[in-house]
Amino acid sequence: MKLVKKRNLDTHEPVATEKRGLLGRTVDRRAFLQGTGLAAGGAAIAVGLPTRMMRRADAATAAAADGDTVLKKSVCTHCSVGCGVVAEVQDGVWTGQEPDFDSPFNLGAHCAKGASVREHGHGERRLKYPMKLVGGKWQKVSWDTAIDEIGDKLLEIREKASPDSVYWLGSAKFNNEQAYLYRKFAAMWGTNNVDHQARICHSTTVAGVANTWGYGAMTNSYNDMHNCKAMFFIGSNAAEAHPVSMQHVLRGKENGSKLIVVDPRFTRTAAHADQYLRIRPGTDVPLIWGMLWHIFENDWVDKEYVNQRVFGLDEVRKEVANWTPKVVEDVTGVPEAEVKRAAQTMAENRPGTIVWCMGGTQHTIGNNNTRAYCVLQLALGNVGKEGGGANIFRGHDNVQGATDLGVLADTLPGYYGLAEGSWKHWARVWDLDFDWVKSRFDQASYEEGGAETPSMFLRGITVSRWIDGVNEPGENIAQKDSIKAMFLWGHAPNSQTRGPEMKKAMEALELLVVVDPYPTHTAVLPDRQDGIYLLPACTQFETYGSVTASNRSLQWREKVIDPLFESLPDHTIMYKFAKKLGFEKELFKNIQVNGEEPLIEDILREINRGMWTIGYTGQSPERLKLHMENKHTFNTTTLKAEGGPCDGDYYGLPWPAWGTPEMKHPGTPVLYDTSKPVAEGGLTFRARFGVEYQGKNLLADGSWSEGSEIKDGYPEFTADMLKQLGWWNDLTDDEKKAAEGKNWKTDLSGGIQRVAIKHGCAPFGNARARCIVWNFPDPVPIHREPLYTARYDLVAKYPTYEDRKRFWRLPTRYASIQAKDYSGEFPLIHTSGRLVEYEGGGEETRSNPWLAELQQNMFVEINPKDANDVGVKDGQWVWLESPEGARIKVKAMLTRRVGKGVVFTPFHFGGWYEGKDLLDKYPEGAAPYVRGEAANTAFTYGYDSVTAMQETKASLCKITAA
Amino acid sequence: MARMKFLCDSERCIECNGCVTACKNEHDVPWGVNRRRVVTLEDGVPGEKSISVACMHCTDAPCSAVCPVDCFYTTDDGIVLHDKDLCIGCGYCFYACPFGAPQYPQKEAFGVRGKMDKCTFCAGGPPADNSEQEIEKYGRNRIAEGKLPLCAEMCSTKALLAGDGDMVADIYRERIMKRGTRPQSWGWEKAYQEDV
Repeated sequence: MKLVKKRNLDTHEPVATEKRGLLGRTVDRRAFLQGTGLAAGGAAIAVGLPTRMMRRADAATAAAADGDTVLKKSVCTHCSVGCGVVAEVQDGVWTGQEPDFDSPFNLGAHCAKGASVREHGHGERRLKYPMKLVGGKWQKVSWDTAIDEIGDKLLEIREKASPDSVYWLGSAKFNNEQAYLYRKFAAMWGTNNVDHQARICHSTTVAGVANTWGYGAMTNSYNDMHNCKAMFFIGSNAAEAHPVSMQHVLRGKENGSKLIVVDPRFTRTAAHADQYLRIRPGTDVPLIWGMLWHIFENDWVDKEYVNQRVFGLDEVRKEVANWTPKVVEDVTGVPEAEVKRAAQTMAENRPGTIVWCMGGTQHTIGNNNTRAYCVLQLALGNVGKEGGGANIFRGHDNVQGATDLGVLADTLPGYYGLAEGSWKHWARVWDLDFDWVKSRFDQASYEEGGAETPSMFLRGITVSRWIDGVNEPGENIAQKDSIKAMFLWGHAPNSQTRGPEMKKAMEALELLVVVDPYPTHTAVLPDRQDGIYLLPACTQFETYGSVTASNRSLQWREKVIDPLFESLPDHTIMYKFAKKLGFEKELFKNIQVNGEEPLIEDILREINRGMWTIGYTGQSPERLKLHMENKHTFNTTTLKAEGGPCDGDYYGLPWPAWGTPEMKHPGTPVLYDTSKPVAEGGLTFRARFGVEYQGKNLLADGSWSEGSEIKDGYPEFTADMLKQLGWWNDLTDDEKKAAEGKNWKTDLSGGIQRVAIKHGCAPFGNARARCIVWNFPDPVPIHREPLYTARYDLVAKYPTYEDRKRFWRLPTRYASIQAKDYSGEFPLIHTSGRLVEYEGGGEETRSNPWLAELQQNMFVEINPKDANDVGVKDGQWVWLESPEGARIKVKAMLTRRVGKGVVFTPFHFGGWYEGKDLLDKYPEGAAPYVRGEAANTAFTYGYDSVTAMQETKASLCKITAA
Repeated sequence: MARMKFLCDSERCIECNGCVTACKNEHDVPWGVNRRRVVTLEDGVPGEKSISVACMHCTDAPCSAVCPVDCFYTTDDGIVLHDKDLCIGCGYCFYACPFGAPQYPQKEAFGVRGKMDKCTFCAGGPPADNSEQEIEKYGRNRIAEGKLPLCAEMCSTKALLAGDGDMVADIYRERIMKRGTRPQSWGWEKAYQEDV
């Protein structure tokens, strides 16, 4: 008996599970997830551990002889909060991690991901050396061989097709300098087929918000939320996606702010809210218009603010009139009284802020959602105020920076766009002949939107749709041929939709190159025998440079450790490729290259010389380093240095930090805040859309920033305007020479900006924010049902768009998909989101045992009612099938966190495909500890009508027992 | 003399597990051993509350009271530690502990972390402070370096507090007064009346 019992006990069940039993009724998500899968992983870790401990012990012994632990300051590489990381390094080994109490962003705090970054220093499950697939097996190759072979193939494709047949998918994991270099690299290769995660993250925000009031970024900061009287979260689960932001949110709440959360799920953020509204996925516009209906009805509009600073609110009023409480309840599912209560809370507690994330952006009408949010804030007079604003939480650590630096298919760095003038501006910054840059491109023109445009000026294919760029026949695409070679440089493919078509695309390519610290889902998804290369990039802890947090502040990372194994920094790899492809002299014309490593500081200085549009010009390497050394001198609410060497500066010089570094602009903590002079971080709304629309004035009326010498609205500054104002002679002679015929964006001396600011003016003008964006498909944001909708009865009233022949170079479907009703066979709404332990595609975090242990199974949250209807029990394997025929095998988790009719999957898992663990396809020793089905395999077609953002928040599925 | 205490402010805890991985990081705690974990009640429904739990370093520690080999001892700071060379891994402390703190490494009886492992309040164990032996068996000794437990120092929302019980109490009391309500801790309604 005894022996049998002992055997039963020895089942490798995790100890933690037994503990939870002791704690009684703790059936939570984590308990659920810690079921199986542990035994194998656990054993592997147990074996791995002593080695690591020995390394640490070795280092400690060596240090005893050597002496010191060196402290290195870096910034967490996960989300956009920008938490300071303090690393203890002994003899090149990362031995300890201490809280960064001096950082005004995190005050020492970390979430699970941030508290685990030291694991990078061990790096067991990394891509260790360049590898190539030969006969279906991974083979180690040298860097030189890999670069040579890949380079030859690229040049061959360039020759037989065009530069556009190579796709350069970049990354929000780059630091600023690498992001900039990558965009420049793509330009010199001669294509606009370059993009990164921002496309599938906040592209609809950037487009919607920039088209409303000038810039597309977070207006205030996490810290500023201490000042809020109300906080309205919609489609943001900050407690899991931006945990350290909650320190500031909860501090604001304790200061008396009301907290409202709108989400299809009762999230962990909702658990801290004063009011929670459960919305049907994809009905953000109706909800916001429903709130505005009450705001108009009760005259809660900030009339003075709107009269002075807002354009076109009356147009919105007409649309809002359709959204009576009853209609709103029918469409959104939120009870009438709850909508009114939320509107009233926002009206009675000003200033209030609005926070949104992927729940709002990732829709076919994402740009309508983001603009509706802005309109709500404008009507309440909340924008441009401390405690107010649109606090758009960005995703990755440097997705703001990579966006600013133009790793995008539709712009050069600094949102200059792709017009001829934009190219000429950058050619001047690069000190290159425009005609040479032009010669790098396919010289032909292609039809899109009724016009023939040369390839150089035609926006490229988006990351959301690169798969169509491969699968679609060449003649349907607005470029010479389809995509033949694909670089996934710091990108998780499992963060994109339509798995089966992605697999097909990966198999159809002639060349597939992964540049990443990890092999990623890309290495295992396609069934190929050859034609894939994996190149090991190092992490940001193994190099240095600047990074832009969500609040537009730049921080400087120090190098913590040398690159592990044979990995190299991204900018070094870019140099190697540029050299092989023959444009390294042009690419690095004014950038020093040491050996094969371009000098980061020089790259930042070049950025400073060109990025006038958004004021990335004042943040020199020296100023940023000074800020990092004096973090403790910055106020943790205002972010302003009080005394010390940075006195008066805002932490990290949040852009715009106008003019040259010598001008010492302190950065702009709150965008469009007229209560401060521009020289001290004040601002007006940008004059971006002309001075008039249909005979009506677009400039501000009776509103200007503190100390402005022009006491009214004014357009953006040009050389001619300075002359008209009689301010031309404030320029120095050198500045005059550079400024002649230029404007605030193109004057490389910064003189125009300096003089405008000297007179208290904003270089970009003083205008009204607009509620109607006449250049968008829906000038006033309107509701349109998702392509795959559970409320097919509403399609007639709220139909989607017509199909488009070419959109971002590709045929794009809307109405032809919505034409069919799938809601009968696929009755459940499928939505997705994040888990706190994992980041993005999750390859990095699932390879970190401290995190992987906490989330071991891919799962689907399903309401008990829906589960019982299909006969599924908690913890059971189920098939989740999409209307497009994809299916994923996941574990059912029964919870009332999701409402009836809605299921939720986290998108961080990968390494499985349609029920099969692809473990044997990873290079040996490089597989993540935890693998699972990619949620996005089962997400369906659907792209935003402006930015081609993918739809991942409202699709349909059915669930059956597996 | 200070008595070291943990306190988790459930109004602030967001179940982010920063404390859990901070602990793993600082002490190289192996897979399957959780010196600290976050427990959530009413998961996914209104009223959801989370709290981070580890060894509470009881003044009259039941683990110590029942231990057959008397391997537990309390430091001058009121931290409850144990001697892994004496411990036999019997699990009696597991029965006694109201918080499920003792952990038993899964594989080898004489694995890297001995027979029983638990939160040390970052105060190590019997060997010399931060000696190789102490680090290997018990993890780092932050207290000896004048620091506090890393889980609390790194808590994302400053929910988890650690330190001298009097100072922790002061911080918590200030928060409660600012919020203008009674503590939102569990069991309040059971212990008192709901409207107290």
